[in-house]
This record gives sequence, C-alpha cells and structure tokens, in this order.
Amino acid sequence: MIQSLADGILVGAILSLGAIGLTMVMHILRFANFSHAELLSIGAYSALVFDALFSGILPILANKIGPFSMTWALTLSMFCAMGVTGLSAMLIDRFVFKRIREKGDELSMVFASFGVAMIIRNVLGLIFGLKSQLYSNDIVFAVMISSDPMLLIKPDQVFVLLAALLIMLVLHFVLSRTTFGYALRAVAENPSLAEVSGIRLSRVIALVWIIGGCLAAAAGVFYGLNNHINPVIGRDLVLPIFAATIVGGIGSVYGAVLGGFIVGIAANMALLVLPSGYSPAVPFMIILALLLVRPHGLFGEPQT
Amino acid sequence: MMGLISYLVFFITIASILAIAVLGLNLQWGNTGLFNGGVVAFFGAGAYGTLLLGGDPQSDHIGGFDLFYPLALLGGAVAAGVLAWVVGRLTLHLRHDYFAIATFGVAVTFENVMRNAEGLSGGAKGLRGFTRPLEAFVNNGFTYNVLFLLVVTSLLVCTYLFLERLIRSPYGRLLRAIREDEIAACSLGKKPDRIRLTAFITGSCIVGLAGGLYATFYAFVSPQDVLPTLTFQLWAMLIVGGAGNNRGAIFGTFLIWGAWSASGWGLSRFAPVEVQLYTGTMQFILIGLVIVGMLLWRPQGLFPERLVVSQSGCKSK
Repeated sequence: MIQSLADGILVGAILSLGAIGLTMVMHILRFANFSHAELLSIGAYSALVFDALFSGILPILANKIGPFSMTWALTLSMFCAMGVTGLSAMLIDRFVFKRIREKGDELSMVFASFGVAMIIRNVLGLIFGLKSQLYSNDIVFAVMISSDPMLLIKPDQVFVLLAALLIMLVLHFVLSRTTFGYALRAVAENPSLAEVSGIRLSRVIALVWIIGGCLAAAAGVFYGLNNHINPVIGRDLVLPIFAATIVGGIGSVYGAVLGGFIVGIAANMALLVLPSGYSPAVPFMIILALLLVRPHGLFGEPQT
Repeated sequence: MMGLISYLVFFITIASILAIAVLGLNLQWGNTGLFNGGVVAFFGAGAYGTLLLGGDPQSDHIGGFDLFYPLALLGGAVAAGVLAWVVGRLTLHLRHDYFAIATFGVAVTFENVMRNAEGLSGGAKGLRGFTRPLEAFVNNGFTYNVLFLLVVTSLLVCTYLFLERLIRSPYGRLLRAIREDEIAACSLGKKPDRIRLTAFITGSCIVGLAGGLYATFYAFVSPQDVLPTLTFQLWAMLIVGGAGNNRGAIFGTFLIWGAWSASGWGLSRFAPVEVQLYTGTMQFILIGLVIVGMLLWRPQGLFPERLVVSQSGCKSK
C-alpha cells in the first residue's frame, strides 16, 4: 500500500512534467497533440547519445554522484537533451503543425500529430534499434525505509522526485513573474487581443513548444533512469499523460501537475486490486470516471 | 497462375473488408468531422462479437452461442454500435479533443482487455473454434474463398449505396451543416450533439460489420488484430482517397493496402536479412509520411469531396 503510494508519486512526477507541456500546447493551439509523448523518447535517446559522448571525452564525468546512478555526464546530457528536444518540438511545429494551422483546420492538426508520432517513434526505432537500453548497467539497490509496512525506495527515485519538483518550481516563477509568463496567459485568454497589445504570437507559440519540449526531455530522462529506454516510450505514456491533462483540466498548468500525481498514484494503487496486465487500461478508466463527474477537469473551465 | 489468382482473391477480399471500414470512418470524419482515434476498437468489437455469437460452444470462455451466421454478424455490428453509444454519450458534447483522446483510449483499453480477459476473449492466444458459414457444403477452399469474396464485395456495394443515399438525404445535409457551422445549425433548431451521436454510432456499426467479416474470413481473431496500427492504416486510406468522398475512400483503401502489401513483399524479398527485422518500422514511417504529406500538400485527398447543391429548384450535380 505504502509502496504503491511511493511508486505512484514518482511516476506522477514524470507524468506531470510531460503533462505541463501538453496542456499548454493544447490550450493555446487547441488540438490534442498525440505526438507529445514522443518528445519524451527524443529526450531520453538524445541524453543517451550525449552521455556516451561526454563519458568518452572526459571519463572523469562518468563517475557517479553520491548514491545515485546518475553521473555528471548524464546530468550534463540531460540539459543538452532538453535543448535538443525543445528545438525539435519547435521545428516540428514550424514544418508541420504551423503550416496546417495556417490552412485553418483544427481537426487536421490532431490527425497530423498521429502521423508525426508514428514517424518519430519508428525513426527512433530504426536508428537505435528496437531493443531496450539503459543509461547505466550497474544495479542500484533499493534502500529499505521501513520493514513494516514494507517500503523500498531507490536513491534515484528520491533524486528524480526532487529534480522534477525543482523544475516545476522554476517554471512557476517563469510563468508568474516574467513578462513572458504574462504574455503566455494573455495569448491563452484571447489571442487577437494579445496581438493588439504588441505580443508576437508566433514567438509565444515557439516558446511554448520549446518549454514543452524541455520538460518532456527531462521527463524522458527520468523515465529512462527508473525504467529503460525503448522506442515505444511514447506509445506507453501517451494515454497516461493525456489522462493527467484531462484530470487537471486542459489549459491549467497547476492542474497538470496535480493531474500527473493523481494519475500516477491511482494507476499504481489500481494494481493492488487489478491484475497487472490491465495497467495500460487504467488511465482510460480515470479519464472516463472524470468525464462522468467533472467533464472540464479539476481546474479547467468550459471552453468552446 | 493459380497461385496468383488465389492471391488476388485473397487481396481483394481483405481490401474490400477494409474498404467497408473506411466507408464507416468516412461517415464519421468526412461527413461529420468526428476524429475517431480508435477505429480499431469498433472493428474489434465487431470481430469479437461475431465470433462469440456465431462460434461453436467453448469450455474455457463464454460465447460460442452458435447463432445463425447473419444474426451473429449483425450482433457484432450492434456490439460496435453499443460501444460507440457509450463513448459518444460521454464525450461528444465536449471539446473535440476530448473525443479524440477518449476514442484513442477506448482502442488501447479494448486491446488490453481482450488480451487479459481470458474468460471473455480467449486472452492473448485469441478466439478459435469458429466454423465458417456453409463451409461444410463447399469442400473446395478456393471455391469457398471466391464465394466469400462475392459476399464481401456485394456487402461493400450495399454499404456504398446506403451511404450515398444517406449523405444525399436531408440527414446527410444536416451532418454537413453541423460540420461547417454548428451555431448556424443550432439556430435552425437542430441538435448537433444528438446528430453527431447518431452519425458516430452508424459509422461504428459499419466498421463493426467490417470487423465481423474480417474475423469470419480468418475464422480467428486475436489481440494482434486490434493493435492501434490498424487505426493508422485505415486513416491513411481515407485521407489518401479523399475525406468526404465515398468513391475516394474505396479507391484509397485499395491503393494503400496494395502499397502496404507490395512494400512488405518487396522488403522481405530483396532487403538483406538484418534489415528485414525493421520491415514494419519502415512501413510505418512510410505511412506516417503519407499521412503528414497528404495533409500538407493535398488535404482534400486524391478524390476531393464534391459539394452537393441540394436546394430545391437547383439540380444537384
């Protein structure tokens, strides 16, 4: 029970990071982006490449930090991966979504995101192979926090949770204290009015993609650190991340954070009563339950 | 020569079955503007429904009611319709992205449940124990396949004619009106949510019918048949053919299914062994490129929708 809760919180932190970017894109561009979860894969794989690169150039970087399996090289790689993923998110928008948007068809965007997801997932499979990979082959032992009730936690899990919370805190300050944060909210409220006030719409949209990509990359690296990296990360995570945004209410960043934790915890708790084979179906049950009770999510507002 | 002909019969059978599904999808997307991200769930509901109702009695899972075949096929289509009703009631009154996400979720969940609920669906090893209708009377496999092809193509023609009538009827006009301008339709006293729901259910029943035929053809269905990749394939067929145009939808199905089969055959025949492992991967990249490319450069498809002027007094084209 306690163990499920602890694992759920960790998964929740990863989902939250993914959901924040998705909810911002869905709010401003008004389409369900099925390719968002693929950004997590891009992040995880580019960190893998940078990690090999940095450890090769400076072997000293490959030393572990304290009790974690995280190395300095991987930490550096994570920031590089965030950059790469943010940039790819922006480029995908420029080459695909922006051009379809300009034709003025919202529904085609959903559809295009299906196609984009398909391309990214399979190109990654083609480049890196279909097998699972790991950042580190060392076995990290879990530390027993208490024996009754049984609670085992890996040091990495604590690190990931803290790092995710730190990233969310930084984002909170960016959104609430900077001009960009105000501009973003203005665009979300009323794009044309925001443009009249001198906000460059295209720049805000590009920045939203970059931020979404950065957070997704961090989530991808954290996911890879706790599980393994394979080309179908996106396929496995797309539904939980959507569930998190819907629970939080589409467009609410804080809702997405909360939604991520709720979905993570609920999914782990559900496994106490359901056979583990059913775990991919749990996010959908959460979505259904929520649509019955509160169709616009916890923090969302009805939108047309 | 015989081999080629029997392959051709096989190819046209499968393509015709998929074309029925694409026609159902066309009613939802092309005529009503509903993004169904989980077509495969309704296809699967039809497939499993038909086999469960029409199959021989089984000991290890429910079903095997051994119903008269047309009833079983109808039951499969109804199962798909019921699934559509549940999803539609919950999501169609919300923003369109909820609908897209929910249908996508239905497909994931459907596959997952079919894989795990052994008592219902036979689990991962699939559903066996189905005797194809009238198979005992036709002792030649090839003759049977030809007969089956005839049944499938006539059902395809029936579906096509039905949908053509439907979209030319006042109901079809209403669908397009809601797709183009929901508020204007409301102002004329129409109820968009209700109309969308009926269109969604009708389309899903047609997709379910295709699923039932597919399962009948193989006399077998397993979770491998209801993977989300089938949704992508069906979508590509519709978008290449031209959303909103039934003839285009059928043409697109044959074109994409032909390209898919040919690329699979070509890769397995000529590519080196180590590349063959990635056949599926490369095929999916191609299909993704086709989808995105069509949306970017020719969103109306090869056969664009022909708008019908149906005001009384004007002759419709």
